Amino acid sequence: MESVIKTIFPFAVYAVAVLLAFQGVLMIVAYTVLAERKVLGWIQGRIGPNRVGPWGVLQPFADLLKFIFKEDLVPDKSTKFVYFLAPLVALTCALLPIVLYPFGPPITTIKWNELLPYGLGEGITQLPLTIAHIDVGVLFVLGITSVGVYGIMLAGWSSNSKYSLMGGLRSSAQMISYELAMGASVIGAVMLAGTLDLNGIIYAQIHSPFRWFIIPQFIGFIVFLIAAFAETNRVPFDLPEAETELVAGFHTEYSALKFALFFMAEYVNMFTVSVMCTVLFLGGWYIPGLSHIVEPGSIPYALISHIGFIGKICAFLFFYIWVRGTLPRFRFDQLMNFGWKFLLPLALINVILTIIIVYFLNS
Amino acid sequence: MASSVLFFLFAGLAIACAISTVYHKNPLYSAISLIGVFLSLSCIYVTLAAPFIAAVQVLIYAGAIMVLVVFVIMLLNLDEKDPVNRLGYLYAVGGGLGVILLVQTFFIFYAVSKSPVHAVKTDETVGKTLNLGSAMYTEYLLPVEIVGVLLMMAVIGGVILARRLSQPQLELVVEEELEERIVEEKPLVDL
Repeated sequence: MESVIKTIFPFAVYAVAVLLAFQGVLMIVAYTVLAERKVLGWIQGRIGPNRVGPWGVLQPFADLLKFIFKEDLVPDKSTKFVYFLAPLVALTCALLPIVLYPFGPPITTIKWNELLPYGLGEGITQLPLTIAHIDVGVLFVLGITSVGVYGIMLAGWSSNSKYSLMGGLRSSAQMISYELAMGASVIGAVMLAGTLDLNGIIYAQIHSPFRWFIIPQFIGFIVFLIAAFAETNRVPFDLPEAETELVAGFHTEYSALKFALFFMAEYVNMFTVSVMCTVLFLGGWYIPGLSHIVEPGSIPYALISHIGFIGKICAFLFFYIWVRGTLPRFRFDQLMNFGWKFLLPLALINVILTIIIVYFLNS
Repeated sequence: MASSVLFFLFAGLAIACAISTVYHKNPLYSAISLIGVFLSLSCIYVTLAAPFIAAVQVLIYAGAIMVLVVFVIMLLNLDEKDPVNRLGYLYAVGGGLGVILLVQTFFIFYAVSKSPVHAVKTDETVGKTLNLGSAMYTEYLLPVEIVGVLLMMAVIGGVILARRLSQPQLELVVEEELEERIVEEKPLVDL
C-alpha cells in the first residue's frame, strides 16, 4: 500500500497541478470574454450583457451551454478529417504553454516532512508555482504558439469556401511576417537575462539594476506588444476574420462547439502572449519592494506575488480590449509593409543596441 | 525503462508519419504528416536531454518552414484528380539509396560494437543552451559562419528569382520609380 502511494504520488501531484492551472486559466479566459463585451459596451455607450446573473456574471456559462446545444453543421464538400482536426490543433497548441507559466515564486517555508504521511515529503524543500521546468521555456512557448497557426490554416483550407480560404491564407502570411519581429524583440530581453528559462528571466530582472526589463528594453517591449496583436489575430490586425470582407474568415463554416474551440483558442493565446510580455518585460510575479514587507518564500509572499502576476496579465488583457474598441482595421498591404519595413528593422536595431550594451556591461 | 518506451512510441510515430508523407496522394496530407514527423522527432530530442534542439525543431521546421510549404500548397490548390507524373526508375533509385542507408546504419552499429569502449563525457550541462551557444561561437565558429553565408546566398537568390527582370525591363522600372518620385515632390496645388 505504502509503495503504491509512493509511486502514484508524483503523478497525482502533477495531475492536480495541471488541473488547477488549466481550470484557472480557462476561468480567466471565460471572464475575459465577458469583460470584453462589457468594456466594449461602455466604450460604445451601451450597457453590455446584464441579464444572466447579477451584472451578467454568469454570461460565460450561458454562452458555453448555448455552444454545446447548438446544431453542429458540417459543410458537405469539406475535407472531413482536416475539418475536425483544425479546431483541436488550435486549442491544443493554445493550451500547451500553460504548463510553463511561472505563476509565482516558490514557497519554501512549508515543512513537507511533517505534513505528508509515509515519508512522501522527504527531500522536498520547496513548492514551485510552475508545473514544468524547461531550460528553453521562451523557445518552447514561441514554438508551440507558432504551430497553432495550422489550426487556422487547415480550417480555412478544409472548409472548401473561398472566404475561409482567404482567411486562412491571410492568417498564415500574417503569422510568418510577425513571428520574425516577435522573435527578434524577445532576443533583447533574453540577452540581458542570459537565459531562456522563464523563471530565470524573472530572477535576472530582480537582480538587475532596473528591476523590470521594460526600462532597458522599451523598443523590444513595444515591438513585442504590436507583434502580439498580429499573432493573436486581434484588432487592428484581425484580417483573417475581417467581417466586412470575409464574412467571418477562417471560421465561417464552423458552428457550435467547434467554433467555441476556435474562440477559446484565440483568448487563451491572448493570455499566453500577455504572460510572455509580463515575464519578459514586466518582471513576471515580481513586485518591487514586496520582499521588505513580507518574508520571501512564505505563503503570503507567494500569494501576493501571484495576484500581482495575474493583475499584470489582466492589465494587458484590458489593453487588448481597449485597442479593439478604439482602432480601425489595417489594410492588408499596410499590414505587410508595417511588419516587414518598420517592425522587423526596429526589432533588429534593438538587438544590435542590446548586443553593444551587454558587451560593455560584461567587459 | 520509461525513456525507452517513450523512444519507441515516438520513433514509431515518426516512421508512421514518414510513410504517410510519402504515400498520400494529396500534397496537403503529406505536408501534415511531415509536421507529425517533425513533432515526434522533437519529442525524441527531449527524451535524449537536448531540449534546445527540440524547441528549435518545433520552432523552425514545424512552425516556420512547414507553414510556408502548406501556404504554397493552399495557394496552388492542386487538384487531387490530376494525374501525377510518376517516374518508374525513381523507385529503383530510391530502393538503392534505402539499401545503402541501411547498410551504413548497420556498419555504424558494427563499428561501435567493435571499437574499444570510450567513456562518453556526460554531465548535466551537455545539450543546454549555454554550452551550445559557447561551442557554436568558439569551437565551431567557421562552420557557423559558412552556414550563415550560405543562407544569405539563398536569400539573395530568392529575391532575384522573385523579381526576375531583363536589363531593359529593369531600366524601365527604375525610370518609372524616378518619375513617380518627381511627381510626388511637386506640390499638388500651384501657389
